[in-house]
Amino acid sequence: MAAAGTCGTGTRSTGSVVAAASTNNVTSFHRRGPRASGADSGCSRLVSIAGTRPSVRNGQLLVSTGLPALDQLLGGGLAVGTVLLIEEDKYNIYSPLLFKYFLAEGIVSGHALLVASAKEDPADILQKLPAPLIDDSYKKECDEDVCSHKTESDVKMKIAWRYQLLPKMEAGPVSSSRFGHYYDISKRIPQQLIETSKWHGFFLPEKISSTFNVEPCSLTSGYMKLLQFIQNIIYEEGFDGSNPQKKQKNILRIGIQNLGSPLWGDDICCTENCDTSHSLTKFLYILRGLLRTSLSACIITMPTHLIQNKAVIARVTNLSDTVVGLESFIGSEKETNPLYKDYHGLIHIRQIPRLNNLIYDISDVKDLAFKLKKKLFTIEYTLRSYGIRGQKYLLSGHLRKFAVKKKPYLRRLQTLKNIY
Amino acid sequence: MWWVLLSSLRCIHYSPSSHPAPLCVPELGMFPELNNLLNTSPEGAEQGKLTLLCDAKTDGSFLVHHFLSFYLKANCKVCFVALVQSFSHYNIVGQKLGVSLTAARERGQLVVLEGLKSAVDVFFQPQEEPHPLQFLREANAGDLQLLYAFVRDALEPVDGGEAVWRCPVLLVDDLSALLSLGMGPVAVLDFVHYCRATVCREWKGNVVVLVHDSGDAEDEENDVLLNGLSHQSHLILRAEGLATGFCKDVHGQLRILWRRPLQPTAHRDRNLTYQYKIQDKSVSFFAKGMSPAVL
Repeated sequence: MAAAGTCGTGTRSTGSVVAAASTNNVTSFHRRGPRASGADSGCSRLVSIAGTRPSVRNGQLLVSTGLPALDQLLGGGLAVGTVLLIEEDKYNIYSPLLFKYFLAEGIVSGHALLVASAKEDPADILQKLPAPLIDDSYKKECDEDVCSHKTESDVKMKIAWRYQLLPKMEAGPVSSSRFGHYYDISKRIPQQLIETSKWHGFFLPEKISSTFNVEPCSLTSGYMKLLQFIQNIIYEEGFDGSNPQKKQKNILRIGIQNLGSPLWGDDICCTENCDTSHSLTKFLYILRGLLRTSLSACIITMPTHLIQNKAVIARVTNLSDTVVGLESFIGSEKETNPLYKDYHGLIHIRQIPRLNNLIYDISDVKDLAFKLKKKLFTIEYTLRSYGIRGQKYLLSGHLRKFAVKKKPYLRRLQTLKNIY
Repeated sequence: MWWVLLSSLRCIHYSPSSHPAPLCVPELGMFPELNNLLNTSPEGAEQGKLTLLCDAKTDGSFLVHHFLSFYLKANCKVCFVALVQSFSHYNIVGQKLGVSLTAARERGQLVVLEGLKSAVDVFFQPQEEPHPLQFLREANAGDLQLLYAFVRDALEPVDGGEAVWRCPVLLVDDLSALLSLGMGPVAVLDFVHYCRATVCREWKGNVVVLVHDSGDAEDEENDVLLNGLSHQSHLILRAEGLATGFCKDVHGQLRILWRRPLQPTAHRDRNLTYQYKIQDKSVSFFAKGMSPAVL
């Protein structure tokens, strides 16, 4: 049954990823991510950088996106040297959360950060990052949830009977050296964590005021300056291997907010045929070139729903490596759909790169929805339509126990039983 | 329970005997099944052809890996314009298919233009010599003359010496990236025309290019490029995603279209469609609806 199958792969991929990697010595540990520092000779040292792990499939170096559930959907994490493009939801409510998770994960793992925005001062963005949940507080979170639904936990499951056999414990955070952490959105990150971290900010209004002698180029000046800034940081801090005296290698996490919006000086969101139509795509191409030749990973949020020219969206998708789209239910007819009652929106994994490989990890289920709870952002499988095989699956990244059901799920279970 | 039976049924079908064994030995690398479908082999590769690779709603890069390893095995001199991925990506996949790109580059069989790395060099530092990607620095997109000059210098047959390599081959991955970088479709078509005239006609070599099909996205420039190339090419390989959506066992559909057959007695414009599934080191092809997972 598909339910049991998915459940099986779920537990396999969370519980024993590390174990699998350690036993699979032939492939994973003898190959290093090729994006790392210039060494084109294909040397096979394992680069041990905090907050990264090699991919089980091809030894590619991965970093966490800050959301363990999203890491799992992307095949273990975000590959170093690639771009994660988040297509913003309509009112830009949920995409900043993913952006903040990425940056917070960088701070907790000790990576260097580069935050670029045209709207908000990077220092302010960093102040608003969510606080990491340490083991006790996360367990308390789960216990609170369990207590409120204790009365229903005795009901035997009739359709999804296999789930009842699953152990009731969850995989929570163990320590700060773990890959992928959980965050509490209602709390701010402690000030000392920000102060001890290394970060660089690019705030467009500040940079654009200084006169800069640059030859005319088809890139808008905002993008041009941002590229210069990024290249400068990568070169000076030695992320591209140019400074061999650096003992400790580190990852640079680049976060660019609202790329393509009019605040960047690009009118791609305003008109269909604009003069600077190639500016954004050229920027992405050169950014990708910078990332491929350095130890860095980048997250970009882009208001693609505002881009008038659909061809540009297709080109932008082709030029990015991983593309995730968020679709919130606010104001759409899906808000009243009973199937989506518990959720705030859908999450679409539009593209996953095939790096160093012919194949790639992709989850079987395409219907994914997200929900913003008081403290957590969770991603769950959902269904588009009821059917004979209709079941509700839950991602093991945020493993809500299958035996613990909320009232609406029980109601749905009852209706499914009636359909049967 | 009936769903337990169904899952056990699924386990039964994975028997190699249900699928015809490929004629080529697996150690040859590339995709032996694709060689069978195309009726070619590294020993008897045709010359003077333009092959168009096209993908719609799916990733057709496996075709690029196939042709790269195919022509390297066929002892041809290859100029690879790799615009979208780094060299090590192609190298690692090539090793799975049985060719070593670094070794080929060292012995002079392979010339690679790494688009991403060169773009960074060109963009941030002014270059003394003209660079094939010089157009990145300019505001108005010009033409691809410098890129053509690069290809010509890379593939020019050495005068006076005996032919070490069988024929020159140009492989471009992919042309749609040039459109994203500000080139007009006419400039790209001109570039392909020049390359065809030199590589295919003059030097009796082959040209293989990949273009993305934007489909619903109404990318007019891309459509102009795609249509123009479709009319010029001898062989079109089109990888499409399935119309019904994502499937775990069938990754897509490959349409093979032979145009301008060289023998006058052959069928005009032969058209074949196969479905495929990409595996770790190979791609398996089967007739529509004959996937091992379904049978």
